Amino acid sequence: MTSLTSVKREIVLFSGLGLFLALIFFQMGTAFSLRMLIEAACYAIIALGLTIQWGYAGLFNTGIMGFIAVGGFFTVLISFPVNDKFWNSDGPAELGVVGLYLLAGIAITWAVSKSHRFGFPKKLVTFLTVLTFAISYLVVISALEPAADKIESGAGFIGGLGLPVFAGWIIGALGAGVVAYYVGRICLGLRSDYLAIATLGIAEIIKAVFKNADWLTQGTLTVSPLPWPVPTPNDIGFVAARAGYLTVTAIIVVVILFFLQRAYNAPWGRMMRAIRDNEVSSSAMGKDVNKRRLEIFILGCMLMGLGGAALVTSTRIFDPSGFLPLNHTFLIWVMVILGGSGNNLGAIFGAIFVYIIWTISEPMAILIFEAVKVYGNDWFGWQAPSDLMARALQMRVFVIGLTITLVLRYAPQGVLPEKVIHHG
Amino acid sequence: MNELIFFFNKVIVAGSVIGSIYAMGAIGVTLVFAILRFAHFAHADLMTLGAFFSYILVVAFPELGGFVGLPTGFVVLPVAMVLTAIFAIGLDKTFYKPLRDKNVKPVVIVIASVGVTLMIQGVIRLFAGTTSRNFFSVDGVAGKDIFRIKLPFEAASRKIFITEPQILLFIFLILAVGLLHYFLTRTRLGKAMRAMSDNPDLARVSGINTNVVVWTTWIIAGGLAAAAGTLLSMDVILKPDLSFNILLPIFAAAIVGGVGQPYGAIAGGFVVGFAETLSVFNWAILLRPFRDSIPEWIELPSKIAFVPTEYKIIVPFVLLIAILVWKPTGIFKGKVL
Repeated sequence: MTSLTSVKREIVLFSGLGLFLALIFFQMGTAFSLRMLIEAACYAIIALGLTIQWGYAGLFNTGIMGFIAVGGFFTVLISFPVNDKFWNSDGPAELGVVGLYLLAGIAITWAVSKSHRFGFPKKLVTFLTVLTFAISYLVVISALEPAADKIESGAGFIGGLGLPVFAGWIIGALGAGVVAYYVGRICLGLRSDYLAIATLGIAEIIKAVFKNADWLTQGTLTVSPLPWPVPTPNDIGFVAARAGYLTVTAIIVVVILFFLQRAYNAPWGRMMRAIRDNEVSSSAMGKDVNKRRLEIFILGCMLMGLGGAALVTSTRIFDPSGFLPLNHTFLIWVMVILGGSGNNLGAIFGAIFVYIIWTISEPMAILIFEAVKVYGNDWFGWQAPSDLMARALQMRVFVIGLTITLVLRYAPQGVLPEKVIHHG
Repeated sequence: MNELIFFFNKVIVAGSVIGSIYAMGAIGVTLVFAILRFAHFAHADLMTLGAFFSYILVVAFPELGGFVGLPTGFVVLPVAMVLTAIFAIGLDKTFYKPLRDKNVKPVVIVIASVGVTLMIQGVIRLFAGTTSRNFFSVDGVAGKDIFRIKLPFEAASRKIFITEPQILLFIFLILAVGLLHYFLTRTRLGKAMRAMSDNPDLARVSGINTNVVVWTTWIIAGGLAAAAGTLLSMDVILKPDLSFNILLPIFAAAIVGGVGQPYGAIAGGFVVGFAETLSVFNWAILLRPFRDSIPEWIELPSKIAFVPTEYKIIVPFVLLIAILVWKPTGIFKGKVL
């Protein structure tokens, strides 16, 4: 019985969403709505990544923005056209030398850290390791600095490799996975709060690096236009190009959804839920809790990297200062907990619904504040500050926060609650 | 000699200032972590909010500082602290307590505190925009006094710089730590707080009123947050986005010091503060006097800094990771939740 009503609920919600979309297509025009849907689909991929971390395993990730940025960066690095000016200059050779320094530093530090096998006292080894690490670190950065300066003044930045876009997306996902591995290895043995703090930090660091390493990413100058996996609007017009891109992202969403549903109902998914709901008993059953958590954390972050790559590609511009923790990270949190954590369809519903609201709330907030400005002036002679419009957009941050707290308190399961199938 | 004074100004003074700020924030975080058992992400926003309360009070009563001869921002600080403490209790009653009563997992409360962060930021930016504000440009009486101390040495032509808000900050921190120490070790309520931090269930069954303890926690956390925010903005400038940059160093300070250890939080705050200033300091300046005695074949770079200034955020993070890997309990043997 319950499964029947929940199916009914899904049908009602998704047809409501369809009606809403039809209304927007009618009101705002096809080109605008298609762009919105493309971005919503990219957010859906990211939301699926979060829903398996939070819904399946109960991990609190506040660094989504960082993983999105990693995905976007690798897409640029792999698929952006080759920068001949850089490859013809001394740049590659100098970077190669820096790379050799780096390898040598890692090798020496590693060797020193293992020297306790030759009978050195442990304290001395630790001290020597830290010392060699500090020295090799200083050597590497002081070698990198002139090379980076030369690249920036000469060729601008290192450019890409000119490979297909899909290769960039896959590498982006893998890159996010590698970052997640190191964060997860350190924090997953501790309580979820530590993971939240560490992911917050790693996201800020990733943003700082991409923003300031001009030789790598052009920093605030931004990289554009990024190549598309399908013909661009310049070739075949906005509607056709965007429809093509939407098809690609929609296929990705469907494929991911298919596999996640399979995984959720498979023994692996049951084990994840067991770990989430009762860590002690599942470890008593012989499950390696930390390893499993690391697994799902990496998988989720890879989906975030993939979604981020697709999102950055769709906007055709890589702008490191555009990765705002508030917009990217917590908008996705709203999508997941509003849609229903642990329910993949719920995450997709939440992504599309919340993203539409987020997009149309921009003109609406401005409209409301225009009205406030006009009436405030007419009735009370109130002089509105000049940056009122920027403040109107800030108001949306308040709404995100309010939604998070209200949903957690009054509807912790979201609109599409998790469906646990009971066997037998 | 001048190089040493430069070092003193850039590292010792700046490090103690930012360290004191981190320490005051970290005490609040560590107490909330120990007693309510969740990482309070909205803590840095309590700081910003407290600073704005002070700013509003200074705008409302710009002449107040003239009566005692101190900057008005410092004189109105107790009122701002009370207001922020009340606000913090209000936050707890509206957002955290209902979740606690439902017995949700602690991480859900952490997420709620992120929601609260976003709400406070939204409200602050709605009313204050994104412009920076200076406490001393609205102060009716006092300006920002800067003391330039000349050392009695022949070689020292440089002076030690220290500002009035910085001195007030140090005095305030010492007073606050003294009072906190007295409160936690000598009073009944302080002992109840420590008991609850050690074992909440045992504390409850032995008749400690947990609500009162929770309220006290928020009063201390909110008050210190307001003081830290105000003193920091008096020293530098009041910015609405102050909070996000300071959140990670505060958490790092609390964890480095050991969660649940107020003294650890103070130590952690200074460790993080000094680590930041030491790692962005240009060490080449200290080597300059020895330029002539260094052999020819060693080429001295003009800049030796561990971390470029724009990557300063890396420092607290690296400290945090290092302590989580090697000693998750922190320096002062705190809890690992």
